[in-house]
Amino acid sequence: MKDPTEPIPIPRRRFLRNGMQLTLAGTLVGIAGFSVLKSKANGMVWQIDPFKCVQCGRCATECVMMPSAVKCVHAYNLCGYCDLCGGYLKPDPNARSTAAENQLCPTAAIQRKYIEDPFYEYVIDEKLCIGCAKCVAGCTSFGNGSLHLQVRHDRCKNCNQCAIARLCPAEAFTRVPVDKPYLIKGGWKKEIKKG
Amino acid sequence: MKNRLLKYLLFFALLIFSASSLLAIEAQQRFPKPEFATGYTQPNTTTPLARFQLLEYLDVIILLAVLLVSTWFILYKRSRQGVFWISVFSLLYFGLYREGCICAIGSIQNVILAFVDPTYAIPATALIFFLLPLIFALFFGRIFCAGACPLGAIQDFVIFQPIELPKWIQQILGLIPFLYLGLAALFVATKSDFLICRYDPFVGFFRFDAPFHMVVLGVLFLLVGIFVARPYCRFFCPYGVLLGWMSRFSSRHMTITPAACIQCKLCANSCPFGAIDEPVAETGKRRSNVNRFIIYFLVFPLWVGIGGFAGSKMQVPLSLINRTVYLADLIIKHPEVKNDPLNIDVRTFMSLGKSTEKLMAEAVAIRKQFYIGGWLLGGFMGLVIGSRLMRLSVFRRRDDWEPNKTNCLSCARCMSYCPVKE
Repeated sequence: MKDPTEPIPIPRRRFLRNGMQLTLAGTLVGIAGFSVLKSKANGMVWQIDPFKCVQCGRCATECVMMPSAVKCVHAYNLCGYCDLCGGYLKPDPNARSTAAENQLCPTAAIQRKYIEDPFYEYVIDEKLCIGCAKCVAGCTSFGNGSLHLQVRHDRCKNCNQCAIARLCPAEAFTRVPVDKPYLIKGGWKKEIKKG
Repeated sequence: MKNRLLKYLLFFALLIFSASSLLAIEAQQRFPKPEFATGYTQPNTTTPLARFQLLEYLDVIILLAVLLVSTWFILYKRSRQGVFWISVFSLLYFGLYREGCICAIGSIQNVILAFVDPTYAIPATALIFFLLPLIFALFFGRIFCAGACPLGAIQDFVIFQPIELPKWIQQILGLIPFLYLGLAALFVATKSDFLICRYDPFVGFFRFDAPFHMVVLGVLFLLVGIFVARPYCRFFCPYGVLLGWMSRFSSRHMTITPAACIQCKLCANSCPFGAIDEPVAETGKRRSNVNRFIIYFLVFPLWVGIGGFAGSKMQVPLSLINRTVYLADLIIKHPEVKNDPLNIDVRTFMSLGKSTEKLMAEAVAIRKQFYIGGWLLGGFMGLVIGSRLMRLSVFRRRDDWEPNKTNCLSCARCMSYCPVKE
């Protein structure tokens, strides 16, 4: 005589399934728990450390965006406003003028503007800039290094793994917090020293 | 007198200090910033911001909403139309608007990286994108594949003439996702590459921009997809492996018929993915099946061993994906590249002043990681093959036409074929 209050046994298959379900759920909770400990509410974005950059030119060709999300930016504070600008003019230019034959930039993305004798202002037209770093190399070797490359976050897709970072020979790409997404030369260096 | 001397000393110290600090500035700034007489105002360096952080959480909310609505359509409304339109939405939002990034498939790599790299903090959104579809799969089956995956959606729209592949081809091709998952994990764990993102065949369509070979790959997948339904999902997707594991033990997976199956066989050819299991009655001798199972069970460790050994032997070609190993290998095999000004990697390495010995030591360390990883990857593949063989010899009686819970993508096509409506 069976006791009617005795619970109906769960079929074996369902018992196994529930067991596995519980195990998998536990695994997921484990992964989640571990990752949450290491998780950050605010995301990270890619940025170039301008002091590590060697101006190899891969930023122009390796980015998934065409043209690249890496652009040349100008830290005006560091600029010497030179007439003979190593970033703007080709080596041994025919003249210090805005003529195309004298320009180093392949897309004429740098605008040279007369301020007062003998100073000129250089502004990057980011619509034209392809991030080839030719001007950066010129400015860094002959000038103050005020021109440098930065990932522009209005264009950057923030890929899981930056296609340029994978091939950057100088390992200049780093992940930075999204609320401080730029490493502009000048102000940023001090902060690093403080930290 | 003594006081005065001290003053002089202090003065000179100050002078030297200020001179040296001036020199330091000079070193950084060859041409000091001019002082303008004409009242020129210097423009500011612009810093355009990244996408608004709250929008990232919007992605998460939309993923949750899409999963919930898909579940409702599949399990309660039993509506293929609904699933179709929700996948159109996913293709538009996660595909074309978000341009394929953020995606649950790629988030596997973020989770693995969070485990192996102590400096990496996984973004909360990536973690949620990894977990949510798996949680849904654990209860309701692969809802994500049906409604929320843009890669699945784009392939789903080109299934015009699905043909059924022979079962043995499906079994063999079905091993590729495991290998892909293992390789992706290996390359992330050794910090070499994010394979899944780099070889995402459809991201080029989402962005209208991709390298030529990836466009070719994407077009090929879609062309094959006309005949072999959703080839990437079934035979490549590494996330599908995890979803399959979860879905297999799901408690409320979709069923073809809402009530009792009447064995009408109308649904038999409705699944383009070959994910419907036919009813089978036990045939042949039970004894031979049991014997085969015992044999497979006994050789199971052998599979793992052979796999692991083969995997460890792959360390050299696999590790060349890593840039450090690649560079070290290049310098050893072709020492003349050291003087090649056109080789950017070597030129940069030489100019940074790091010693070749240090590079070699790093490369050797990374290759050792690949050796261990090769054992693990090969062992994992042996495990997969061994357990698959064992499963093939396990007999399960089936009375009705049922979706194969591991492989069913919950697309809801078969439901409309079923004449039982209540």
